[in-house]
Amino acid sequence: MSLLSLLPKILGGKKRQTTRERRRFLRSAAFGAGVLAVSLLGFVPIIGKWKTRLRPPGALDEDAYLASCIKCGQCVQTCPVEAIVLADAEDGFGVGAAYIDARAQGCDFSCDAIQCVLACPTGALSHDIDAKEQVRMGMARLDRPDLCLARKGEGFVGAVRGPAFKGLLRYAEIDRWTPIPVADHPYDLELCDLCVRQCPIPGAIELAPVSNDPNDPRRTPIVHKTCTGCGTCEMICPVEPAAIVIDPREETSA
Amino acid sequence: MMKSFGRSMAMLFGRKYVKPSADEMTKAVKDLYAFKRTPDETAKRRAVITSKDEIKRGSKWRNWRWLSIIFLNLIFVLSFRADIQVVEGALTASRLVGFHMADLNSSLQVMLAFKVVLINLVIGTVTVLIVWWLIGGRTFCSWLCPYHLLSEFAEMAHLWLARRGIIRDHPLHRGTRTVLYVVFAVLAFVTGYTVFETISPVGILSRAFIYGASVALAWVGVLLLIEIFYSRRFWCRYICPIGLTYGLVGSVSPLRVVYEVESCHHEGDCRRICMVPHVLDVTKMGMSPDAKVGLSADCTRCGMCVDICPTDSFKYEIKGLSKLL
Repeated sequence: MSLLSLLPKILGGKKRQTTRERRRFLRSAAFGAGVLAVSLLGFVPIIGKWKTRLRPPGALDEDAYLASCIKCGQCVQTCPVEAIVLADAEDGFGVGAAYIDARAQGCDFSCDAIQCVLACPTGALSHDIDAKEQVRMGMARLDRPDLCLARKGEGFVGAVRGPAFKGLLRYAEIDRWTPIPVADHPYDLELCDLCVRQCPIPGAIELAPVSNDPNDPRRTPIVHKTCTGCGTCEMICPVEPAAIVIDPREETSA
Repeated sequence: MMKSFGRSMAMLFGRKYVKPSADEMTKAVKDLYAFKRTPDETAKRRAVITSKDEIKRGSKWRNWRWLSIIFLNLIFVLSFRADIQVVEGALTASRLVGFHMADLNSSLQVMLAFKVVLINLVIGTVTVLIVWWLIGGRTFCSWLCPYHLLSEFAEMAHLWLARRGIIRDHPLHRGTRTVLYVVFAVLAFVTGYTVFETISPVGILSRAFIYGASVALAWVGVLLLIEIFYSRRFWCRYICPIGLTYGLVGSVSPLRVVYEVESCHHEGDCRRICMVPHVLDVTKMGMSPDAKVGLSADCTRCGMCVDICPTDSFKYEIKGLSKLL
């Protein structure tokens, strides 16, 4: 006797199916398949690569990350600048998985010891790293050189991104321990060097002259391999849209 | 003993309740049934059932249960939003003042998809396993799951509409859940994605409460609409793999609802309100193998039968403890 022919016996125990039972069986099959189909819709954004997310520090490769993330948001809760948010239905199987929207709030390593990694219960954020310098979330890239103030030789005065901007940053010279709103910290810069000035990784980005003329004030940001992709530069870039952006690791490695 | 465990498991997987054979029934219960079937006793029972005195609408356990669902979920929400930091995380995984906890089903999906198990996840899963083993397995469903509460309101609407003949219930085969359970487990293993988490209303609701509303809530809305207009308790009864996971834990749990044949009028009030009425088929005349039996694994320990039973034939009991006391 095959396993399939045993199935009704295990589940139903009845020898003769009534019309009602047949209908119930078909209904069960239809709704079971329906639920399954809805769950498999989660494949669409994955296959279509709708979103390439900047994952939190220590995140495993995208496939392993989605497999291991238990979608609990403990990393969200521990982050002092609330840089981490959870994805919605548009991410398919990635629903509830953590990512960082760097323009809204970059990770500035305010927590010092990568708290999100320590909070992760499944190792989706790998415990193999223990210092911010080891993080490889992505890589900064000068996306719109024409907008960059430093490349135009211009300075910056006032609140970066306007008074309504909610982003936080830890300014060591003001308060070593508590991040404050960027809006509460106006700048007065002769030459805009915000991406270099606020970069939490020493030497990950620098400004280089664009010509050999010593009187030429123009400078261009150069991103080095030590860049962690934390997104502070993208957040702090005062032009709209940001001249410098983060390419998530998934993009840079592909 | 082994036999009753086997029956309990078969019912959990979707089989109907099977009347115990004569040699499976104890002498005590056979005598009881024989006595209850005497014309005198039958007439007495019928008189009580048809009289108005029989109707009882208790809600003691339901009130405690609703309080429990709201309170426990509120702790999750306030831990983040008001920063009281008692339980950090969501229902899928969390930390109770530093101690790891992981939902058994979410953890299973991750283990199958990821195929690497970190010690933190093991600690969290075992902790939760022990807790729910102690307090009854599907107790999770009726005392903690936020979807369960919403679904109860949907059920009220469903029954209200059904009483007026506007809609009728469309039951599914309970084996559907078992099939889906296997399918989702295989999918997680083969695809490497936690496929079920995408549509888990427990995860979606828990995260929405804690971290803010999401588009994914629309799916929960669809499920509730199905439950109101088409199939009573559709998700919890026929689909949810989380319920099956906790049912397995509950199959060996010491905390359960026990049923006593002696006082029972067999009128079936309990079966009409129960979310998993197959566990109450044992209350039908001549169906119980013993004068006192624990309800089977699929029972969510919600206490609605305890509340509604006019003869108090149901009780919460901790196995072994009653012997000690």
